[in-house]
Amino acid sequence: MLAEAGASDGPSRGRPVASRRASRRRRQLRHYGVVALFLSPWIIGLLVFTLYPTFASLYFSFTHYDLLSAPQWVGFSNYRFMLTDPNFWQSLRNTLWMVVFATPLQVAFAIGCAVVLTRVKRGVGIYRTIFFVPTMVPAVAATLGFVFILNPSGPIDRVLSLLRVPQPLWFQQPAWSKPGLLLLGLWGVGTTMIIFLAALLDVPKELYEAADIEGAGPWQRFRNVTLPMISPVIFFSLVIGVIYGFQYFTEGYIASGGDPSTLGSPQGSLLFYSIWLYQQGFQYFHMGYASAMAWVLFIIIMATTLVLVRSSRRWVHYQGGFL
Amino acid sequence: MAAANHSVAIALALLFLMPFAFVFLTALMSRQQALSTRYWPHPFVWSNFLHVSDIIPILHDGWNSTVYAALSSLGVVVSSVPVAYALARMRWRGRNIVFLLVLATLMLPDQVTSVPLYVIFVRFHWIGTLKPLIVPNFLGDAFSIFLLRQFFMTIPEELADAARVDGAGEFRILTRVIIPLAKPAIAAVALFQFLFAWNDFFYPLLYAGNNPKTVTLAVGLSQLLGNVNVHYGVLWNVLMAGSVLFMAPVLVIFFFAQRVFIEGVTLTGIKG
Repeated sequence: MLAEAGASDGPSRGRPVASRRASRRRRQLRHYGVVALFLSPWIIGLLVFTLYPTFASLYFSFTHYDLLSAPQWVGFSNYRFMLTDPNFWQSLRNTLWMVVFATPLQVAFAIGCAVVLTRVKRGVGIYRTIFFVPTMVPAVAATLGFVFILNPSGPIDRVLSLLRVPQPLWFQQPAWSKPGLLLLGLWGVGTTMIIFLAALLDVPKELYEAADIEGAGPWQRFRNVTLPMISPVIFFSLVIGVIYGFQYFTEGYIASGGDPSTLGSPQGSLLFYSIWLYQQGFQYFHMGYASAMAWVLFIIIMATTLVLVRSSRRWVHYQGGFL
Repeated sequence: MAAANHSVAIALALLFLMPFAFVFLTALMSRQQALSTRYWPHPFVWSNFLHVSDIIPILHDGWNSTVYAALSSLGVVVSSVPVAYALARMRWRGRNIVFLLVLATLMLPDQVTSVPLYVIFVRFHWIGTLKPLIVPNFLGDAFSIFLLRQFFMTIPEELADAARVDGAGEFRILTRVIIPLAKPAIAAVALFQFLFAWNDFFYPLLYAGNNPKTVTLAVGLSQLLGNVNVHYGVLWNVLMAGSVLFMAPVLVIFFFAQRVFIEGVTLTGIKG
């Protein structure tokens, strides 16, 4: 197993067996010393900035803690309070809306854009750059831009009025604020699209030729060749999308006015789970309740991921192995 | 068929570019123009960009963002490269378990650690400095370790083994053999972290947002929006000018390093 085992035995040949064994042990020790040295920054970081805070927050979740006095053990009271906290439920509903509608739509749109890129004959590089560049825009700036272009007297509604289509009030109207954020999400689909583009280009040409021979139309080719071949990437993007979707924060914060006093507006329609958690923990200093909410979020994310992994056995086609 | 595909591509390109056009043009309008039905600025009001700094200290905030982005990128590279090397090209017992641990920490939502981290940073007297944003990056970053490890795995094992036969130590193999071959991946990791930090809103808001001294541009821009809404009424032109100033450095970096980004994204998505 060890790299050293046979690598530099040359010089020690001819020495007594015992000393050879001792020198091998020394080399092995040194080898593990180097491994430990290379890993050491990460190990310290893992202990101090990941593992300790994870367990501390589990402990805090069973306490009342306001940072000023020591945490006070209260059992499950934070978790029980969640059941009766209307803002908790509203934030969970808003977040689920984003996960259920925005995430799959983004994946579908990303696949669509990638397919278009594979079909374009000339100027692929330019189109790829244009489709990708919105992802580069910082979330705060992008959201600010969409708050402007979707404002009721803004450019989009002016175009809609020219087309004689009803013009929603977007971020000023509870029913349309989340769809506004969905559009923002579709605009920033570039990263996912690039991953799909690579996957599409990886599909072996022979499979399409075989499908052509059997007389498959374009839709059948897509349905029976392309989709199964890119299903591992669909799975990957759905998992990542769901994990990020449940943590949705910045865009909601900015779209509701960028001020702590207006968070969640209009009418709580943009009060996302992480925003309510932030307000509880970092505005009201209910550190215990915020920690409990964080753990519930963690469990929700794990459970959803597990369901996706379970379901993937039925619809994801792996050619090789996963890792 | 080809023509249809091309027109779809053009339509999509216009949709993707449209928000940029509206934001850039509005950033150059007077206040009245920005509220009118005009699409093209007349006259061009370049002073909007200066006006931003009347409301928020944009140069100061920009400096904080630059420090956060530059130092955290340095930290991520310096600390993650050796870990990725040990996971990819050294042989030792427990290697796969450690790799799975790295992946597991990627699954952990930031919200779980955010409260105790705040308590730690208070204890360390780091609140009111940029340290909470920078120091942890010098202790390894799971995503970067993952990306680098995936890339190191593509470097033929024989190269490292040959160097070992020649008597090179692991540190020497890492610096002389692996790093020169892995420059694109290392550049991608540094750029991803730089962008992440520049764009980051959550951590600066939590750990550096309360102190005017440590406000970064992302948080500053959110305060610009809040301030304008509360004190000035609607000032779309200034808000869009702020937006443009914030995204400009990122767009410039992107146009110079596009290949690095796109290859980096592909690497994380496909080889997983």
